[in-house]
Amino acid sequence: MSELLQFLISGLTVGAVYALVALGFTLVYHAADVVNFAQGEFVMLGGMVTVFAYAAGVPLPLAALLAVIVAVVVGLLLYWLAIAPARGASAVSLIIITIGASILLRGAAQIVFDKQFHKLPAFSGDTPIHLLGAVIQPQSLWVLGGAALVVLTLYYVMERTLIGKAVVATAANRLAARLVGVNVTTVMALAFGGSAAIGAIAGILITPITLTSYDVGTLLALKGFAAAMLGGMGNPLGAVIGGLLLGLLESFGAGYVSSTYKDAIAFIVILAVLFVAPQGLVGRRTVERV
Amino acid sequence: MAHYTHVLRSVAVGATALALSSFSLMHTALAASTIKLGSVLSITGPASFLGDPEDKTLKMYVDKLNAAGGVDGKKIELVVYDDGGDANKARTFATRLVEDDKVVAMIGGSTTGTTMAMIPVFEEAQIPFISFAGAVEIIEPVRKYVFKTPHTDKMACEKIFENIKARKFTKVAMISGTDGFGSSMRAQCLKVAPAYGVSIVAEETYGPRDSDMTAQLTKIKAAPGVEAVVNPGFGQGPAIVTRNYAQLGMSSTPLYQSHGVASKSFIELAGPAAEGVRLPAAALLVADKLPDNDPQKKVVTEYKKTYEDTTKQPVSTFGGHAYDGLTILVEAMQRAKSTDPKKVRDEIEKTKGFVGTGGIVTMSPTDHLGLDLSAFKMLEVKNGDWTLVQPGS
Repeated sequence: MSELLQFLISGLTVGAVYALVALGFTLVYHAADVVNFAQGEFVMLGGMVTVFAYAAGVPLPLAALLAVIVAVVVGLLLYWLAIAPARGASAVSLIIITIGASILLRGAAQIVFDKQFHKLPAFSGDTPIHLLGAVIQPQSLWVLGGAALVVLTLYYVMERTLIGKAVVATAANRLAARLVGVNVTTVMALAFGGSAAIGAIAGILITPITLTSYDVGTLLALKGFAAAMLGGMGNPLGAVIGGLLLGLLESFGAGYVSSTYKDAIAFIVILAVLFVAPQGLVGRRTVERV
Repeated sequence: MAHYTHVLRSVAVGATALALSSFSLMHTALAASTIKLGSVLSITGPASFLGDPEDKTLKMYVDKLNAAGGVDGKKIELVVYDDGGDANKARTFATRLVEDDKVVAMIGGSTTGTTMAMIPVFEEAQIPFISFAGAVEIIEPVRKYVFKTPHTDKMACEKIFENIKARKFTKVAMISGTDGFGSSMRAQCLKVAPAYGVSIVAEETYGPRDSDMTAQLTKIKAAPGVEAVVNPGFGQGPAIVTRNYAQLGMSSTPLYQSHGVASKSFIELAGPAAEGVRLPAAALLVADKLPDNDPQKKVVTEYKKTYEDTTKQPVSTFGGHAYDGLTILVEAMQRAKSTDPKKVRDEIEKTKGFVGTGGIVTMSPTDHLGLDLSAFKMLEVKNGDWTLVQPGS
């Protein structure tokens, strides 16, 4: 029983991170129809900038804020310098652009920062919480809570604000949105900035648990993308479900089946789901709603 | 307009050709008075923590040698390529070193994977190759032109089990990385365990990029009778294993890491969780704690000082492997009074009583490593620093 709980906790923690990365994918895909493979690099930027600012003597909350700002600036630059000029290019070209941006960011991080692994202190100490024989790290609660907060904020913005409605309108039909006075370019820039912020927050929250380095983004982008596919590309709810499910699959796979085939189990299940429901678990029905 | 571009183009072509030819002329003029050594290292990528200190060490000592007049009056010219940890790239660079750069000897190859990919190239070209990688398969079976400087994973397993036996433990669990180093060491540990009366009662693995090993450790925690845990692996994986281990409250069971984490950054990354962790490592890590009569004391303190003064980074054993490789090669060339690859190879094989950072090296036609178990020290992390474990405790 205590084992089951332990697998559940570590699965949810890792899953929450996948969910945040998947949310970033979703937001950009939703607004701009671009699969942004530089999403993992925002996570890396979040962690690395915080680590280096903190090491330079900036208090942790300020360092974290700085990291989010840096990531947002990079996200906006990515949009203005690489995506916007390629307007009208095919989906594949856009994907290649984002992959190129991802390689560029990783290379730049190698030079600006370094090639070592880095850690951050846990936000509220390392004393584990014991629950029914399982152990919870306080940082896990930060990750889960932070992810929940991001999801709720995003939900509120998308559903209750004018900006959110503009994003939904842009996603549904770009031309129609423009005709009713939505500034489509601004909306897309917002989506890139927003997804960068979400990625950076994920990076800051997980660094105390997983450590960070200039190239952590690659694997996280892959897992986040898988989570987004599993949940249904372009659907925020799907991203959350897909992320948590992928984390749990990995954890239970390693715990009950075999740690050797942990990644394989997760990806086989994803493949199976996509065969049965190619649009992902939640599909992209919400887009048609408008 | 078209005419202009035509003229421009021919000027450009001419200038390039001129630049190229003068460059290659310079190149041949240089080659006559220098000794060309090649190196392929994983300076970037997942194994950069190996390649980076190796690269810095080689450059530092080649500059030093050249400033002191070089080898037999000839300056050393070092050609370094970065394979990013990719075995395919390593092989391409190896071919380039042999065919284009025409090096007389090769030092480097940061990982087992890249080294194994390069071996056939240097064996065929009959150029001596001293690798900095860990696995025993590089020198077993013995290949005529291939040598290596670091301790093998097999030796690490033996050293660990020796200590486990001394503490009268018999039931051991293993959690291994699935990277080349981790899986090779895992296999060696499984092979030598019975010789020390140790049985492996639980076995788990993790991917080199995994960010959470709680699930695997929970399984080990639940396995009955585990008296010690051994973790073959390198990179950030073992640091996360160590942190998860402490978080799950498993610290009362001794945890053994491999020499794959033998750098100060491991203690920094694992934090307080590293307290009490043991691992076999070269004397270099405890240079200042060695007794004065230790034969390696002088070499390791000097290397440590030079490296830390130049790079402002803490020393790791990996850079030490590069120092050993370069020094063994230079000494062999001095003894051979020649840079002929075949003569140099013969002299490398005759290396005897060489005191390096990794231990005292005595090679032979059947041993292209030349280290025994005494080259390893058993260390324990105490108060955020390495301490020597007294034999038998």
